[in-house]
Amino acid sequence: MSRKLFTCNGGVHPEGHKDASSGTPIVILPLLPRYVVPLRQHIGAPARALVRAGDAVLRGQMIGAAEGYVSTAAHAPTSGRVVAVEPHEVPHPSGLTDLCVVIESDGLDQAVEFQPLDWRNLDPSALRNRIRDLGLAGLGGAVFPSFIKLNPEGAGIDTLILNGAECEPWITCDDRLMRERAAEILQGVAVMRHMLGAREVLIGIEDNKPEALAAMRAAAAADVEVVAVPTLYPTGGGKQLTYILTGRETPTGGRSTDVGVQVFNVGTAYALHRAVALGEPMLSRVVTVTGHVAAPGNYEARLGTPITDLLLAAGGALPGSIGKLVGGPMMGFDLEDNAAPLTKAVNCIIVKHSSLFPAKPAVLPCIRCGACARACPADLQPFEMYWFARAKDFGKAQSYDLFDCIECGCCSFVCPSHIPLVDFFRFAKSEIWERERHKHDADQARARHEFKEFRLEREKQEKAEKLAAKVAENKARDAAAAAGVAETAADPEAERKKAILQAALDRAKKAREGVTPRNTENLPPAVEKQISEIEARRAESGAAQPETDPPRAES
Amino acid sequence: MNGSPYILSENNSVTVVMLKVLAALIPGVIAQVWFFGPGILVSLSLCALFAIGFEAFILLMRGIPLKPFLSDGSVLLTACLLALAMPTLAPWWLYLVGVFFAVVVAKHLYGGLGQNLFNPAMVGYAALIVSFPVYMTQWAAPVGVAHVTPNLWEAFDLVFAGGGSISPDAYTSATVLDTWKTQVRQGLGAAEILGQPIFGRAGGRGQEIVALMYLGGGLLLVSNRLATWHIPFAFLAGIAATAGVLHLVEPARHAGPLFHLLSGGAMLGAFFIATDPVTAASTPLGKLIYAGLAGFLTVIIRAYGGYPDGVAFAVLLMNVAVPFIDAYTQPRVFGHKHGGKRGKP
Repeated sequence: MSRKLFTCNGGVHPEGHKDASSGTPIVILPLLPRYVVPLRQHIGAPARALVRAGDAVLRGQMIGAAEGYVSTAAHAPTSGRVVAVEPHEVPHPSGLTDLCVVIESDGLDQAVEFQPLDWRNLDPSALRNRIRDLGLAGLGGAVFPSFIKLNPEGAGIDTLILNGAECEPWITCDDRLMRERAAEILQGVAVMRHMLGAREVLIGIEDNKPEALAAMRAAAAADVEVVAVPTLYPTGGGKQLTYILTGRETPTGGRSTDVGVQVFNVGTAYALHRAVALGEPMLSRVVTVTGHVAAPGNYEARLGTPITDLLLAAGGALPGSIGKLVGGPMMGFDLEDNAAPLTKAVNCIIVKHSSLFPAKPAVLPCIRCGACARACPADLQPFEMYWFARAKDFGKAQSYDLFDCIECGCCSFVCPSHIPLVDFFRFAKSEIWERERHKHDADQARARHEFKEFRLEREKQEKAEKLAAKVAENKARDAAAAAGVAETAADPEAERKKAILQAALDRAKKAREGVTPRNTENLPPAVEKQISEIEARRAESGAAQPETDPPRAES
Repeated sequence: MNGSPYILSENNSVTVVMLKVLAALIPGVIAQVWFFGPGILVSLSLCALFAIGFEAFILLMRGIPLKPFLSDGSVLLTACLLALAMPTLAPWWLYLVGVFFAVVVAKHLYGGLGQNLFNPAMVGYAALIVSFPVYMTQWAAPVGVAHVTPNLWEAFDLVFAGGGSISPDAYTSATVLDTWKTQVRQGLGAAEILGQPIFGRAGGRGQEIVALMYLGGGLLLVSNRLATWHIPFAFLAGIAATAGVLHLVEPARHAGPLFHLLSGGAMLGAFFIATDPVTAASTPLGKLIYAGLAGFLTVIIRAYGGYPDGVAFAVLLMNVAVPFIDAYTQPRVFGHKHGGKRGKP
């Protein structure tokens, strides 16, 4: 309790609205007739579908395998039949669709056999692979594959932080989980600590959750410190919590592991406990359904549960609702379609009402009051970046460290001119990425062009060589004919010429076969992966799509 | 573009900010009425009226919606600051010209709210003192010194119809800064000058109390986080330090720091004028440099310049340097090394 806490600059105090959903225990959603499981519920490459329409699946059966390094598996939430593997609405700010496995439940909910992991004795690498195949990803919102974060190699991690801050308004799923399942969370923490070899374990919880603090303290062993941190948004940001608890600043562009700290969400620790103790894959999560609904609360729902059903479980949206938010009001996004399913990333659904989310007032010009700079937890000067982002002077915006912006929304929250600053920063970032992509494309095009020039030149040379060889051959034949009578096999001159000729032909052949690399060879793995993804998609869309690649020039 | 955050902090708008700043001026205005008569109320309302008129006219000309911009309160604040920086009981057209320069030239010709390079009120003041120095140095004399102190109706009459039979000498006087400056040049000693009735305990009679009221209102602003402490502190420290050094070197020529802090526009400038966010430096270190130098220039202009007070010119001069100061004083960003270079041109 006597731990010295550090203070981040900035931060805001939005109204919590936590009482709306934190008062009642977690409700487990009953089995549903239909689940939609996205193959990409995590940061990184989507899982590769292992099933196709018509396949029978069991609960916990892997239906998507991790593809590439930054990826993790997906599993069937119940037993039944795969109806389709097709693009479907997913909860994503873009509102775009993504590949999902649609499963019709058979009502039996039969499971595959789960095998608990002997985490103390298993080879670390094998243990991580098992965790990957159990589909574990961070449940705090960033959904980074957990098995990667559990790899201590070279990182020198001495401190494990469990993030129970839950600083976003409205959300209470971590609060309830900590109150009700503290022991399980701490068993997950023990596994994390073992895998990372962390010396110190700190559990950071905002002081507006006294029950969760008490429950965790009661369950924590002596060597785990449960720390109450001041309630101030965005304390739950990974870099912010790391600094508050340890005073270590995550360097720009880096991760907390660069300063010897690894951060996990409490929900992830709970899932890890289930994974090792029961051998159960990540099949469900606790999600807060709150706002303008009949029965706001926390629901343990299987991943793939359509959000429509989740809302129904919470008594449905009340009349007068004006849409739904995924995540909290500070960093969440509008849900485009209720058919989208619950994923590992979705910690909260808020049904909006105009009394809770009033229309945003008119935007006035920036008066440079600096309120945004004082509220910024990253110590940026948002009004300067806004100036440049608005003028599309992206280079200048970048020189004011645009990419250190964590999009927490504090600046927009405090702006007296009601400028949607974060929107401008998202816009500027995506424009810069787009430009970098263009530049990359242009570089590639130039490289291809240069190679083509080189190839044409080489072919010209080869032709000339061939021609010379032919001429030489003809000459030799003529000479032989002219010699007429002297048709003895042993003509050293002709033999020599023949040898030269053969050597030239060999050289030309070699040049044709060996030297010419296809421009799809020797690519970095990321590009390889992209290509294979493209190929896969193309194969899927079938022959309907014409071959758009130009014919390859190489022989 | 309409993404997160979906909630905004309550009771927070440009209007609220401006109204709070205006409210912080009230103690100073009350003191002004108490010590100098109700004339200030006439000039305040006149400036406000002219300012709203000019603002509406320009907004219409620029095709900008009137309601959000007229109600933002910024033009009202500009008008009030100008009125408080000007002598009361001056002819009405003087206020009109001042407001014209402040609102039309300094604000809207530069692009309107948030775009102006120079502090609008100080541009108005500077334009007037350059063009009409006589009117701009006839200040209402404090009650007890003046032969007559016009009541509200008499003040109206003076502003719109001129003095008539009453000579301005009856109700006006030079400011203490002006008096000090001219009489020191005439060779009078400090004790002799400070013994005159318009001088109070530390600054001008009555004026020092007005200044203390501005100080009080300003501290309220800082405690309500409407301004940070940097600019007022550095501005006053700049004045005190410069005046202190000059006073130590030549006590016969230069008044002490307290006199400089409590006379002229020092307090008003420190808390309400130099802090104008649009035209002031914005980084913590930048604010200290900007306001510190403005304070320094204020005293230098008072001591060696042609005008009795230096706040307006000091602020305007430092406004010019703001983009430069800001670019070179960007604070360290979380996760960056100390001494990293950023934002530089």
